[in-house]
Amino acid sequence: MSTNVEGWKDEVYGEEIREHLFEFAEEGWESIPDDEHDAWFERFKWWGLYHQRNGQESYFMMRIGTPNGVLEPGQLEVVADIADEYARGPADNPEFGGAYCDWTTRQSIQLHWIRIEDVPEIFDKLEANGLSTMQACGDSWRNIVGCPVAGKDKHEHVDAWPVAEQLHEEFKGNDAYENLPRKWKVSVTGCDEGCGQGDINDLAFEPAEKEIDGEETMGFNVRVGGGLSRKEPRFARDIDVFCTPEDAPKVSAGMSALFRDYGDRDDRFNARIKFLVDEWGTEKIRRVLQEEYVEYELPSAGDDLRDQYTYNAGRQDEHGDHIGVHEQPDGNYYVGLNVMVGRMGVDDVRELAALADEYGSGEVRLTQRQNVIVTDVPEGSLDAFLDEPLLEDYSPDPHPFMRGSIACTGTEFCSLSIVETKNRQVRYARWLKENVELPDGIQDFHIHLSGCTASCAQPQIADISLRGMKTRKDGEPVEAFDIGLGGGLGEDPHFADWIAMRVAADEVPGYIRNVLTAYEDESGEESFREFIAARDEEELEELAEPEETDYADPYMHNTKMTWYPYAEEDAMDDRPTPARADGTPITADD
Amino acid sequence: MSIDVHQLDAGAWISVNDSREVSVSNLWRLARQEFCGCEMADFLAEGFVEVGVDTRDIEARIAGQCITCGASGVTDWLAVGRVVDGEFRPVVPESVHIPCRRSRLARPASPE
Ligand code: HEM
Ligand code: SF4
Ligand SMILES: [Zn+2]
Repeated sequence: MSTNVEGWKDEVYGEEIREHLFEFAEEGWESIPDDEHDAWFERFKWWGLYHQRNGQESYFMMRIGTPNGVLEPGQLEVVADIADEYARGPADNPEFGGAYCDWTTRQSIQLHWIRIEDVPEIFDKLEANGLSTMQACGDSWRNIVGCPVAGKDKHEHVDAWPVAEQLHEEFKGNDAYENLPRKWKVSVTGCDEGCGQGDINDLAFEPAEKEIDGEETMGFNVRVGGGLSRKEPRFARDIDVFCTPEDAPKVSAGMSALFRDYGDRDDRFNARIKFLVDEWGTEKIRRVLQEEYVEYELPSAGDDLRDQYTYNAGRQDEHGDHIGVHEQPDGNYYVGLNVMVGRMGVDDVRELAALADEYGSGEVRLTQRQNVIVTDVPEGSLDAFLDEPLLEDYSPDPHPFMRGSIACTGTEFCSLSIVETKNRQVRYARWLKENVELPDGIQDFHIHLSGCTASCAQPQIADISLRGMKTRKDGEPVEAFDIGLGGGLGEDPHFADWIAMRVAADEVPGYIRNVLTAYEDESGEESFREFIAARDEEELEELAEPEETDYADPYMHNTKMTWYPYAEEDAMDDRPTPARADGTPITADD
Repeated sequence: MSIDVHQLDAGAWISVNDSREVSVSNLWRLARQEFCGCEMADFLAEGFVEVGVDTRDIEARIAGQCITCGASGVTDWLAVGRVVDGEFRPVVPESVHIPCRRSRLARPASPE
């Protein structure tokens, strides 16, 4: 039995959704027939629009896909202007103000509180500047991720940027691949640091070397079937295929067509290719790819560089991210700036764009750690750039608890969420910075906080994984977290082990402090990740206890029951939604 | 009148006649249940896996976890509300519910 979603996709899907979207925009929110809401909201995702959660009817999240996180000169300013003009809701966020941009863990941009009436104007502005929301959500090729400094990195073996760019050109708006059984996430890595995070994508290209016709050739090994969602995380699996940069589009076309044809369209929970890889095994995936989808003979895998990976690899000799000042091969520098939980107020975004223009080439890049990078800064301008006041808030040398924080969208806007996320993570990081001394030798310490099991903040690949939960305190339900320890990427990636379950949100900072104390007391030379890996589950459960501290959590109540957790009058019944284009609420008797 | 019901956004909520009616993140009290060993499960709904209609009753199987004992998985069928005079009346999650082993569904709806 095919699903509702497949039925709706059969009727209208892909590029053609745009005309309908524009018609509704022209006639206003109320012109979307009541009994067609579900179908249209599902379709709008293909154009990057995701209807916000219960209580926020008529407002949309808009995602802009920036391949490899690259914003060309001028583009960031356009994004800031759009956010300023169109991404303002009926209530402000207490930490970030009335308009802001989110940099996401897949190097995209998210804006909130978008009204359908404004969509055509926004699309005009984006498209006039080479930006688009196409396929940013929905069942197709999502934003292509990769090393955020591709082409500007001394660690690079293959320039991944032209490959990512080519895949973006070829597979966005390509009707052969516009309707897949589920999302399709692709990563291209060209460096020996491993920062493309290929292991957690559906299709991953990773740097490798292979002798072809007697010549050493640089290219990629191919892995398939990674993903974190639900309680079914998988690392991408090696299918024993090498491909040159020139052949990457052919292999990509083949793999995504295989997914299109063989992915499970009857059960969306079983649709991601990770489950097909489970079912078939890598040999069958390779065989079907070769026999049915690729015309040339696929070479076997080459020698990879995984043993050199440093990115989020749990090492302490080198930072596993792109924060700070780094020399580019051309003698200029890139400067990675820390953005707490990936969110920046619009005035700061505009200032960042201006600084990138003034000191660099104007290009800005987004990382998979929700941070930003200003590229192409000449050596002579570095000091002046580093003295800019904006860099006090977005530091190139942040405290490890600030540097390591990632958080997803959560109850602020997201339907699936169980708990509040971003504002809480900001408060956690501040408290930890003030109250917890990091053990000697720890430079990087990653805390990833996701509001539910979908795992958009990639909790399983952090030192401390936080996943939204509930518990009771004095009989009352409160927001809580399951806590995992010891996850990360690198040569031998490892998902965090879930150790402390259902910890009330206000006891999480105390737990983290106690874990770090135990590590300091008991560890020798081991890294935190090694320390966790060396202990069995029972030992880990006894390592530390949750504890109340002077950390205060303003979001303990069920924030999902509010229409907006930070509104003055936050009750669902006080919601000013749905609203017309000018923001006036539409009441039931209208 | 026919009732149109499905779960959407990866199981985030149940839509009844194109209106978002039942959402994840609530706690449900489940009695006489086989989900876990607790006399009364204190069940956090994390995702709607299957939904269906039995005459006027809207029923669902819910993925989640008992926050008393930690057991996680998918419940048997639970009534989440009913349609009366064309209007959806939700049950109160915090009151006691009894999951039903076999689907009594006249018309199971397809997943999402
Ligand atoms: C309105 C906000 C959001 C909603 C409703 C949402 C929804 C989901 C859902 C349903 C899943 C898991 C189901 C699946 O397999 O597809 C998921 C996974 C994921 N999403 Fe989100 N998401 C949101 C925001 C974000 C943001 C801001 C990002 C960053 C671009 C993001 C990135 C991811 C990642 C990395 C995963 C998990 C990895 C994987 O299994 O592929 N999501 N999201
Ligand atoms: S992890 Fe869950 S709560 Fe967070 S944005 Fe993703 S779907 Fe929403
Ligand atoms: Zn139980």
